[in-house]
Amino acid sequence: MVLSVTDLAVARGGLPVLERVSFALLPGEALVLRGPNGIGKTTLLRTVAGLQPPLAGRIDTAEGAVAYGAHADGLKAVLSVEENLRFWAAIHGGADIGPALAAYDLNALRQRSAQNLSAGQKRRLGLARLLVTGRPVWALDEPTVSLDTASVALFAEAVRAHLAAGGAALIATHVDLGFPARELDLAPMRAAAGTGDAFGADFDEAFG
Amino acid sequence: MIRLFLRDVKLSVRAGGGFGLGLAFFLIVTVLVPFGVGPQSDILRAIAPGILWVGALLSCLLSLDRIFQLDYEDGSLDLLATAPIPLEAVALVKAAAHWVATGLPLVLAAPVLGVLLNLDPRGFGWLLASLAVGTPALSMIGAFGAALTVGLKRGGLLLSLLVLPLYVPTLIFGAETVRRGAGGLATDTPLLLLAAITLGTLALLPFAAAAALRVNLR
Repeated sequence: MVLSVTDLAVARGGLPVLERVSFALLPGEALVLRGPNGIGKTTLLRTVAGLQPPLAGRIDTAEGAVAYGAHADGLKAVLSVEENLRFWAAIHGGADIGPALAAYDLNALRQRSAQNLSAGQKRRLGLARLLVTGRPVWALDEPTVSLDTASVALFAEAVRAHLAAGGAALIATHVDLGFPARELDLAPMRAAAGTGDAFGADFDEAFG
Repeated sequence: MIRLFLRDVKLSVRAGGGFGLGLAFFLIVTVLVPFGVGPQSDILRAIAPGILWVGALLSCLLSLDRIFQLDYEDGSLDLLATAPIPLEAVALVKAAAHWVATGLPLVLAAPVLGVLLNLDPRGFGWLLASLAVGTPALSMIGAFGAALTVGLKRGGLLLSLLVLPLYVPTLIFGAETVRRGAGGLATDTPLLLLAAITLGTLALLPFAAAAALRVNLR
């Protein structure tokens, strides 16, 4: 078990959005989160990544096991593809960036600065970052946005290799990714309206 | 941590970075003041320590909002927060990078600009020393203010209002060191107090900044 979530409730802006979320990820397993816009997929992923505390429930995972891939890729416009990737590799312990560049077909763009990349190329670089973190659990938020079909195939291949190596992936997406994965529909876990106290959490935060 | 520091310094000196912005502002202030005050060199000599310190402080203020805002906007801050380095270290390293890009050039340029303000020759060494000791506190306090306002659109005004009162002790003791030095008096007390403020901010504010960042990233 690399990640286990039990009876989790998460809040966005002080309002509960999801509750009673439970799932577990075994090594080599991918879980796709489905649900309409605004259901709380991003909030759930940020909570799992440790960026915000859960409202209730538990997340059991090893310290520093989760690599978070957000909507924004965290790229610096004036740095080259290689410099961007090398920085994140160094922060995460100095992994070799060669395989990551190769996996997303970025070798030809090594010296190009990130501001001159297309949206899809930026996304590929952002996804390549996951490979240099060396972390077992990927929490990905809409990873295929602005990718063409060839790049989606590269991504599917990278996830397959990650799973084969004993990793796990938690992916929020609306599209078919082209590899077998369990699906979790979040719609039944929507927090009941009116149960939330819009001020409670924020007031504790400010004055507690 | 070293890599984060090098990246931030590199970003600030590349096109569009904040390097030179503070320095140019400092230059403008110190060049314009003699025109505004008039050509009486004894008046200039009397106000030089204060003007130089106020100029350095305002120049520092100019680039504070960039410390965390740029990383927040492009998503790097989320990724740094989940990276295997503590957020306290991120805050300290980013303040250090801000000091190298903004404070250090001010320290090195100040003696040259002191000439324009007719600073007493005895004061030059103390100007250099007080700025070198005091400006790290400006960067660290600024990083704390930037961490507090990181999620806000147009947070620059709020940032200035939050940070300026905290800058006052540094300004008082910094300018006092130069004034006493230029007048040939003992400077131990204000310089030691200035050093104490800097060491205190470096010891405490990384934790406060990290706590503010954690709240703002939710």
